[in-house]
Amino acid sequence: MAERMDAPPTKLMRLAQLGHVDEALRAESIWLCVGCQTCSTRCPKSVDCAAVMDALRQLAFERGEASPAQRRTVIFQKAFLDNIRRNGRLNEIELIALFKGEAFLRDRNIPALFQDATLAPQLQKRRKFHLIGEKARDRGVVARIFERVLKGGGQ
Amino acid sequence: MKLGYYPGCALHGSSNDYEQSLRAALGALDVTLAEIEDWICCGATSAHSLNHELAIALPARNLALARRQGQAELFAPCPMCSMQLLKATHAMEADPQLKARMSATVEAEVDGGARVLNLIQVFERIGLDKLKAAVKAPLKDLKPACYYGCLLVRPPLVVEFDDAEQPRSMEAVVAALGAKPVDWNYKTECCGAGMTMANTQTVLELSNRILADAKAHGANCLVVACPMCHVNLDMKQTDIGSYAGTEYHLPVYYLSDLAGMALGLSAADLGIDRHFVVEAR
Amino acid sequence: MSRIGVFICWCGENIARTVDVAKVTETCAGLPGVRCSMNYKYMCSDPGQAMIREKIASEKLDGVVVASCSPHMHLKTFRRAAASAGLNPYLLEMANIREQCSWVHHDMGQATAKAAEIVKLSVAKVRYNHALDPIRVPVTRRALVIGGGVAGIQAALDIADSGYEVVLVEREPSIGGKMAGLSETFPTLDCSQCILTPRMVEAGQHPRIKLHTFSEVEAVEGFIGNFEVTIRNKARYVDIAKCTGCGECQKVCPLKRNPSEFDFGMGMRPAIYMPFPQAVPARPVVDKKTCAKIIRNGCGLCERKCAPGAINFKDQDRLVKEKVGAIVVATGYKLYDIGREQSSAKLSGYGEYGYGKYKDVIDALQFERLISASGPTNGELKRPSDGKIPQKVVFISCVGSRDNAKGLPYCSKICCMYTAKHTMLYKHKVHSGEAHVFYMDIRSGGKGYDEFVRRAIEQDGAKYYRGRVSKITESNGKLIVRGADTLAGIPVTIEADMVVLAAAMRPATGIEELAQKLNVGYDEFGFLLESHPKLRPVETNTAGVLICGACQAPKDIPEAVAQASAAASKVAVTFAASELTREPEIARINEQTCAACFACVRTCPYHAVERAEIRARNGTLIKHTARVNQGLCMGCGTCVSVCPSKSADIEGFTEEEIYSMVEALA
Repeated sequence: MAERMDAPPTKLMRLAQLGHVDEALRAESIWLCVGCQTCSTRCPKSVDCAAVMDALRQLAFERGEASPAQRRTVIFQKAFLDNIRRNGRLNEIELIALFKGEAFLRDRNIPALFQDATLAPQLQKRRKFHLIGEKARDRGVVARIFERVLKGGGQ
Repeated sequence: MKLGYYPGCALHGSSNDYEQSLRAALGALDVTLAEIEDWICCGATSAHSLNHELAIALPARNLALARRQGQAELFAPCPMCSMQLLKATHAMEADPQLKARMSATVEAEVDGGARVLNLIQVFERIGLDKLKAAVKAPLKDLKPACYYGCLLVRPPLVVEFDDAEQPRSMEAVVAALGAKPVDWNYKTECCGAGMTMANTQTVLELSNRILADAKAHGANCLVVACPMCHVNLDMKQTDIGSYAGTEYHLPVYYLSDLAGMALGLSAADLGIDRHFVVEAR
Repeated sequence: MSRIGVFICWCGENIARTVDVAKVTETCAGLPGVRCSMNYKYMCSDPGQAMIREKIASEKLDGVVVASCSPHMHLKTFRRAAASAGLNPYLLEMANIREQCSWVHHDMGQATAKAAEIVKLSVAKVRYNHALDPIRVPVTRRALVIGGGVAGIQAALDIADSGYEVVLVEREPSIGGKMAGLSETFPTLDCSQCILTPRMVEAGQHPRIKLHTFSEVEAVEGFIGNFEVTIRNKARYVDIAKCTGCGECQKVCPLKRNPSEFDFGMGMRPAIYMPFPQAVPARPVVDKKTCAKIIRNGCGLCERKCAPGAINFKDQDRLVKEKVGAIVVATGYKLYDIGREQSSAKLSGYGEYGYGKYKDVIDALQFERLISASGPTNGELKRPSDGKIPQKVVFISCVGSRDNAKGLPYCSKICCMYTAKHTMLYKHKVHSGEAHVFYMDIRSGGKGYDEFVRRAIEQDGAKYYRGRVSKITESNGKLIVRGADTLAGIPVTIEADMVVLAAAMRPATGIEELAQKLNVGYDEFGFLLESHPKLRPVETNTAGVLICGACQAPKDIPEAVAQASAAASKVAVTFAASELTREPEIARINEQTCAACFACVRTCPYHAVERAEIRARNGTLIKHTARVNQGLCMGCGTCVSVCPSKSADIEGFTEEEIYSMVEALA
């Protein structure tokens, strides 16, 4: 993905080393990153670059400083997490609906709103389209897990 | 052979053809799958991107459930799930305080988590010789490009499986089934992962490179062991073709599809008729 | 009754400022055994020493304590003074009241009391000191040099030119090492063989150098001045005395396609082969792993063709013993393997570069052979896959070096320089060619080195990218090299015809086994350990064994040559006299009381204690005993602490002497 990144991972690592985390947080790169783990695998100093990218994403998200140009991706990830929190397991239809809805509210991009609309009947035909999504039985524990983690702040 | 089974959200969602496939193929090989009761999502990309503690807690819950249900081995057919489960296992093994905290957070004892297996490892557990002996219809006409994707082999210190740069485990299974896997350059390059919806351009670009290289090396199909890769390479194949100005017509099989076919099961049994790209041209 | 003289030094202000020297002098005068006690401003000066000498004579002293600085400073000085006055030097002790008293305390009262105590202890000890004589060890004034590369050759020539015989052992069928295979050397771009072969010939013809090629060191016994080395002359199947080097044998050999070791697989050689045309000795060797005659008693064409009848398929390995007085290790290096199989579990190859499966991804030594004028392609840079001349070559630095993840954390030192050299040699041969270098840093610290690298960039047009290569794949005969330039912050992809990897420098195979035979230490990478990294770079902790060249650490030719001469000079020092003298403060076993339990033999870290027998004149065995080899013992005292019968003791630090100090304190 480096070709499309505004700040390549090597620059983000260096910014982090120098303590210029704020600049790194605003990069588009961290949301273009697909988490393929190739960086950490190749690093001759065993720096877990993928984990640093995760950390930058988490900080950017918590501080509300995520790159506006990549808002679709941020919205998607948040929608996914909210979906699991509610259902315990992913409800795809709900995710798509809420993701596309919120994204549209932000960027008013109509083609994006209706992109892949033709997929629905194709998935339906192949019995891959589940109007009623699966939920975990004990959703309470899931909600409590989320609460404990998000409140406790972790280490 | 009985294995604990953690399907993950994709296999019960739009990738339920993968579950149909593996249940049919593994069933024919006398493997019983004991699905973990009331499993929850592993957190996937979102959890590790937005909250690293959650990214350990969600898999920890599932490891604890597996323990509670007496499952020593846990088959996770989705590499994102298996990688997250392994990552959580390693993190908690290295830090007993974290393990204790997670046990409290997920309201179940995590200690002694199960050994996590991917689909290729399940075939290795069955034994490639046994697999070969069970083959009724060797896949002589298939020249697959074995596509591993990212998370089956990376990060190597977490998944500890095969070789991260030049893996050969899937080719060994495929060869045992009578097919002739091709050597090619994009075995472990990312397909775009979960960006299918959020950043479709990424998937088009990356998956196109994979399909193009497979074709250039003489493959007439792809084999995968990941539902996300399957979606990107199969469901989006027409879009990718349009983006690249070509048509690929490369069927994308799950590894269990190949096993099932070699064992004499039909396309309908295995759910192959539910793929988007059905036949090569 | 003891007659001990106590001489207390002021050391100018160093001692006198904190210690009341006069008071200490007075206190010591009253100690039992002390005959006279005096002080002086600078005991180590000529008048000071004269004072000691005078008192030894006039007072007939049988023991001296000099209370002054650390023995590291002046023990030898004072002992020489005592000796010149006729007193055995080991009857003189120093009491350190400077580094261990005046320099570390402030309170004069306390420091003075402590200084008096320190002197009291030394006086108590000296009462029990014995006169000792230095140990004399005979020296065999011949040297063994292990390894016939440029370092080994240099050391051998220097030692031989000093007038001593040298036994030079080389594992390969010819001397010359890696340098014989290089194309040109930096920074002068001299033809490597042109500057080396005269030295090789000189070594081969030197009247005092005995060459054992195609040989290895089998066993080493003994100690400095007195080594006995067993050398295995591996079967060559060619009698090098009868052979004229005509080369007819290799022409008739039908098995022509064996990968050549000298060409690192870039060329082929027959089963009977001359290692390379300029080999010393210029004699062929038979590869017993592939020769049809040896494997299944077939062929035999070379034997029939050989006019002088020099080929002998009944040849066997031979063991030869050589007696030498010093050993120089110059076993050189090998490159980190870019393939999948590695010699150690801690190393892993570079899968992202193909694990050696791409024919046109080669390492630096293979590249040297391809561009060498006498190489397998006669100096035309033909790429291994299809013989075409590459128009774009990518050079990758730091492959295996500076890599904590894949195993070798150190820098291999020479790669930045030879990579620049490679770009220049490539451009000189292929004028329209493009040379691309991926580097992390450029290390060019030698004389003219940085200018050399700049020349490659500015005059020969090599393109340098600051970044690593993440992956190499092959597509339609081209190697797709994906790297980065972090200075510009961009990815860089090059479609190359050939890739050269600057693989890390490692010690030669078998270094650990050899080091254990020599009782020399080595680090986790196999590099042999020098005595002191700054001040004693060519000596080891085993007396008589020296190291030089790449077996000690990665280095270039000028450094290897300099170290080789350094090692040779150390050998010359050892050989300067026909006898070696050693300090006598080493272990001694009381053979009467020794119970022959041999705990000392097992625990001695220098293998300096031997099992011996005491026999009557008629040969009857009286008893077994342990016996210290005075040539090897380093006086560490381990045997003393393990001996259950208290038979072991250290001369100069006997239990009696030490206990008397302890009792004097009480």
